[in-house]
Amino acid sequence: MIQLEQVTKTYPKASRPSLDNVSVSIEKGEFVFFIGPSGSGKSTIIKLLLHEVAPNKGRVVVNGKDVTSMRSWKRPHFRRSIGCVFQDFRLLPNRTAYENVAFALEVIGKTKAVARRVVPEVLELVGLGGKEHRYPHELSGGEQQRVAVARAFVNRPLILLADEPTGNLDPDTSIEIMRLLDRINRTGTTVVMVTHDSNIVNQMRRRVVEIESGRIVRDQARGVYG
Amino acid sequence: MRMKYVLSEVLVGLWRNVTMSIAMIITMAVSLFMLGGGGLLYQKVGDMKDLYYENVEVSIFLKTDVTAEQRTDLDTKLHSDALVKEVTYVDKEEAYKRFQKMYADAPDLVNAVKPDQLPESFRLKLNNPEQYKDIYDQYKDSEGVEEIVDQSKLLDKVFGVLTGVQNFALAIAVWMAIAALLLVANTIQVAAYSKRREVAVMKLVGASNWFIQAPFVLEAVVAGLIGSILSMVAMVALKMVAARGSLAALEGLITPVSWSDIFLTFPLMAGVGGLISAATAWVTLRFYLRV
Repeated sequence: MIQLEQVTKTYPKASRPSLDNVSVSIEKGEFVFFIGPSGSGKSTIIKLLLHEVAPNKGRVVVNGKDVTSMRSWKRPHFRRSIGCVFQDFRLLPNRTAYENVAFALEVIGKTKAVARRVVPEVLELVGLGGKEHRYPHELSGGEQQRVAVARAFVNRPLILLADEPTGNLDPDTSIEIMRLLDRINRTGTTVVMVTHDSNIVNQMRRRVVEIESGRIVRDQARGVYG
Repeated sequence: MRMKYVLSEVLVGLWRNVTMSIAMIITMAVSLFMLGGGGLLYQKVGDMKDLYYENVEVSIFLKTDVTAEQRTDLDTKLHSDALVKEVTYVDKEEAYKRFQKMYADAPDLVNAVKPDQLPESFRLKLNNPEQYKDIYDQYKDSEGVEEIVDQSKLLDKVFGVLTGVQNFALAIAVWMAIAALLLVANTIQVAAYSKRREVAVMKLVGASNWFIQAPFVLEAVVAGLIGSILSMVAMVALKMVAARGSLAALEGLITPVSWSDIFLTFPLMAGVGGLISAATAWVTLRFYLRV
């Protein structure tokens, strides 16, 4: 599903590479944590998988597509198969929960009729049934992140990327979001999550890839934060 | 649905920044008006040059005491001259007729002049009216020649003024176009900034590039088209004022500007206005949105 083959990424003006000869292979349906201290390069992995940055060396393959050599005009279509959740939610403040999710559908050409059918369903799935018409500022942090998850999942992507999705949430709310991601994972969606939340990693007991100074120092099938 | 979305985004975009939109439209309108006016003038000057130079004559006036021999000599030389297309000899009687016709409004003057007092002349049509100088140099010292007069000298002055006006209009059009261009770029940046969250989400979920850019580009194009319509209205108004009288005197001198001439400049103005706006918006977005 996802392959990084000897990937090196050095940002311009950086003294050392963010990722240094990293190789990881992730199978369909896996749930993988990338952990490590700030600046270890774990967020760069998300950017590589989203085709936001290109590696200097090595190959990145996502969904069987070689992202390394992908032309930028193919990027939009490629991204439709990937859902993405961030620490800061990235919701549109002037749109309701329903409209935020529907927006993501409409801008990729789905009709309003499709949105009317699919959006309530996915909002129900993330546990926001009855709060469809609230604006982000009327929702708690955890609820806002649920909207973001709904938006990421509404297209039924093959892969869900989560960049510190619990970074802005209290421990209890974080656990709820993790349960949600776990449920999404059980539908067959591959989940890749970048985090430094040790609590969560320890509770989930999933595959853990630890990165330090751009190198993989640990790759455990049922790991803890360590 | 998508078309409806894009169009409503365009209107919202123009309205959100309405003062800037108006500035953009006015600048565009003035620029296009100058461009259209300059273009029209260019076309008219071209027409007029064809018309006037076609009929332009070089006149070689002979001395009153010219001998028949000198005259025949000159006649032979002119007929064999490669620069000359046509030679007409105008004798005193013929000159008098022309004089009568030219000054028909002033019978006193006509009565005071006798055919004898008017000089004979050769009227030449040149193959190329601009080679007047060669003719002048060649014949000015010939025996029996009093004076060589070229009508194109006067025309050159008239056309010099018209070309000046035309260049002035085009220069203003260019400067205004630059101002319009910067305003478009600025408007697009403001619009892109105010929609940065939407754009970020659209990029994230994989909206196509054209879909992200279309509302911004169309916003600029709509402004450009409104500008071109305004400049069209200004032209029509000018034509109506001109026909009404204050500028009617000029109509005799300048070949008349017809309605079809004016309406034909509209596609030019709309095209230029729309294209410039679209290109500017697109380039601005490439730098600003990196899509």
